[in-house]
Amino acid sequence: MCIMASCLSPNWSVFDIDQSQTLQVAVQEAHARSQPLAIRGGGSKTFYGRQTPAGDLLDLGGHRGIIDYAPNELFITLRAGTSLQALEAQLAEAGQMLPFEPPHFGPAATIGGTLACGFSGPRRPYAGSARDTVLGMRILNGQGEILRFGGQVMKNVAGYDVSRLMVGALGTLGVLLEVSLKVLPRPDSTVTLVRPMDPVTAIQRMNHWAGQPLPLSATAYDGEHLYVRLSGTGSAVRAAQTRLGGERLPDAEAAAFWVALREQRHVFFQGDAPLWRLAVAPATPPLPLAGQTLIEWGGGQRWLRGARDATALRQLAAEHGGHATLFRGGDRRGEVFHPLTPPLLAMQQRLKAAFDPRAILNSGRLYATL
Amino acid sequence: MPEVSPAPAVACAATRRRKVPTHMSASPDRTALLAELQAALSADAVLRGAEDLRPYECDGLSVLRELPLCVVLPVDREGVRAVLQICQRHGVAVVPRGAGTGLSGGARPIRDAVLLSLARLHHIIAIDRENRTARVQPGVRNLAISEAARPLGLYYAPDPSSQIACSIGGNVAENSGGVHCLKYGLTVHNLLELDVLTATGETLRIGSQALDSPGYDLLALMTGSEGLLGVVTECTVRLLPVPEHVLVLLAAFSSVEAAAESVSAIIAAGIIPAGLEMMDRLAIEAAEDFVHAGYPRDAAAILLCELDGPAVELEERVREVETLLQRHGAGAIRIAEDAATRLLLWKGRKAAFPAVGRLAPDYYCMDGTIPRQRLAEVLGRITAWSAEYGLRVANVFHAGDGNLHPLILYDANAEGQLHAAEEFGRRILELCVAVGGSVTGEHGVGVEKLDSMCVQFNAAELAQLHRIKHAFDPEGRLNPGKAVPSLHRCAELGAMHVHHGQLPFPELERF
Repeated sequence: MCIMASCLSPNWSVFDIDQSQTLQVAVQEAHARSQPLAIRGGGSKTFYGRQTPAGDLLDLGGHRGIIDYAPNELFITLRAGTSLQALEAQLAEAGQMLPFEPPHFGPAATIGGTLACGFSGPRRPYAGSARDTVLGMRILNGQGEILRFGGQVMKNVAGYDVSRLMVGALGTLGVLLEVSLKVLPRPDSTVTLVRPMDPVTAIQRMNHWAGQPLPLSATAYDGEHLYVRLSGTGSAVRAAQTRLGGERLPDAEAAAFWVALREQRHVFFQGDAPLWRLAVAPATPPLPLAGQTLIEWGGGQRWLRGARDATALRQLAAEHGGHATLFRGGDRRGEVFHPLTPPLLAMQQRLKAAFDPRAILNSGRLYATL
Repeated sequence: MPEVSPAPAVACAATRRRKVPTHMSASPDRTALLAELQAALSADAVLRGAEDLRPYECDGLSVLRELPLCVVLPVDREGVRAVLQICQRHGVAVVPRGAGTGLSGGARPIRDAVLLSLARLHHIIAIDRENRTARVQPGVRNLAISEAARPLGLYYAPDPSSQIACSIGGNVAENSGGVHCLKYGLTVHNLLELDVLTATGETLRIGSQALDSPGYDLLALMTGSEGLLGVVTECTVRLLPVPEHVLVLLAAFSSVEAAAESVSAIIAAGIIPAGLEMMDRLAIEAAEDFVHAGYPRDAAAILLCELDGPAVELEERVREVETLLQRHGAGAIRIAEDAATRLLLWKGRKAAFPAVGRLAPDYYCMDGTIPRQRLAEVLGRITAWSAEYGLRVANVFHAGDGNLHPLILYDANAEGQLHAAEEFGRRILELCVAVGGSVTGEHGVGVEKLDSMCVQFNAAELAQLHRIKHAFDPEGRLNPGKAVPSLHRCAELGAMHVHHGQLPFPELERF
């Protein structure tokens, strides 16, 4: 029941290209010359991370194609440069999906870039993150060695979990070549409920419901309305709908709402003002912050706009068990991610050196010294 | 997942003894080390006499045993830190140990190393109802977390068969799974934050109380690192709502292939069961003799399928699954809706290891994973090898996630049988790798599967794993010699993958 790339829809085999060898040579040469590389998939997420001095472009966009897809085994193996759109279309054909509902941030988005950034969408608190979905990877380390960790099976505890370590590392530890991901069946039925609510109650409700056996698949609060998405079998969704109450959004409008939220096209995200992301313990009450806060992930992910006192914001996030990221815009030459404690930073620097001793892979994109 | 071991977790049965090291006499250095440990901890927290050390000489893999230099039992993080710092000053290695239920020798003592038991760090610090988390010390038993959370309608999902005894710190070290991991994930999917002490006693706070944390995902790296990268002194786990309703189907099949096909059919229908377990005829007979769960003795294979969710959903699902099972040749199907029957059906599966243990003086438990579609082929080869070696094999299979546990029956007292069982086991694991799986799904590498790691990883990959270890523990003093084989060992074994006819690291020291 294993579907090889050649058996998939015809356009796959035409465009499937394995560029591992070319990419390996490029990294080996860069390593020999200590030449920094800037890794690029589709270029849809160049806004993210720190601004770094230009390195030689290492383009993964051509290294694409689905290598192995076994719907009944719930996994897919593909090259990192495969477009996220094409991947999701292929999964949808088999009635499946990526559990973490990744944002694309542009039609050129690749699966490799998505995992390197570690981006997850609205379903994340209820179905796991990008990292949770990873089963295995083939990577190129900073010496240009092709290494394989993990595999295509759900359970695999042989060796350290290097493939999940790659997620969110922004390419600073290795170039992602191939990834194996866990996939899930698409839910039979989805309903979005909306109702006006104050922020204190909204956060309480989202967390109270998350502690009940309900088929939640997304939650958001825009400052005025609480949005709750339920996904599962028809009967389970109907039962939960009756229990939670609220107005049901028409399906097309609901789908558009969650896509706009995920892709940051919702009105909250418009304009050039800096965008901050706070990740906190989900039940954290509304934070004393000026301006509007957009809340997702049952309270665990909170968005803010405008120039902010970074130190104060980070302290506030840390007090509530989390961290703050300058997600888009603002000054990207300084640190955009939450500062690490000195022992943690030192450990991560040693880890970086363990993978990329000459610091050629996207160095400085995550932190100035990584 | 450390399965319940046939031998008591901490008392090693004498019949399985392979070697009994003579205990070294006290050198001046050792005397100073012991004095410092005793000064730093309470008087009863340092065990040194052979009779006190004996209960710690092995973990659940009782065939491998060794007496440690001493056993220390600190009661808090500062005690753990003191042990690590004293050992660093003396250049002595440290082997961390939770409940000792692991099945791969990961907590087996090392003769000149201090065995650091985390068993006395056993407090549940806080259960946060609103955020649905539990903050616990590493020695807390897995099941104790769910028991404490239960009044709030919450539980901790990973449930290794040894959950009544195994500790959460050990679960983190092994990335334990359980029968429900297809739907609810492994330990790595259910952890939020760890407080870790490095080999030098430095504190690292890894992860956060939020859903992610800045920098590299050390939470993933630390989980399953078998005590080689750091010692967990506290962890925050995610709690889930207890499902509204649970039921179990038991289906009997006249062939293993039919059972495997019905598993594929269930998943193809878009159903993710909470648990999906398969047993073959010998395992069925053993379990039935042992716990009388009412399994059909004439079946070639049985499938246990647990569904959970809202009652309205289960009503539909159970009919769907029943139809699929029948269509794929299931004979009798029993459905257990009440807790008592459900537990009885599971009891046979959960007792499968000790049940098989009654069939022969010894058994060797394998833990490979395979893509499920290769199951029939792999079982066919195992049957053929079983005849070749003259050793019986019972198969227990986590069918949902491809984790196969062949149990090779042997008698350690019969000339050559242990060796034959080990060789047989190695061939099974090599086959698992060859069909695209792994040498260990949940029991870990420990000491037991070091050689098999040489088959799964090439030299460059192993060297990368060693460099990770070096980044955390440059002196190599935490659980040395476990989990990742030296390149030298693999080269001597002749099993290492060699790409393009040469070792990728000709210049590298063969450690």
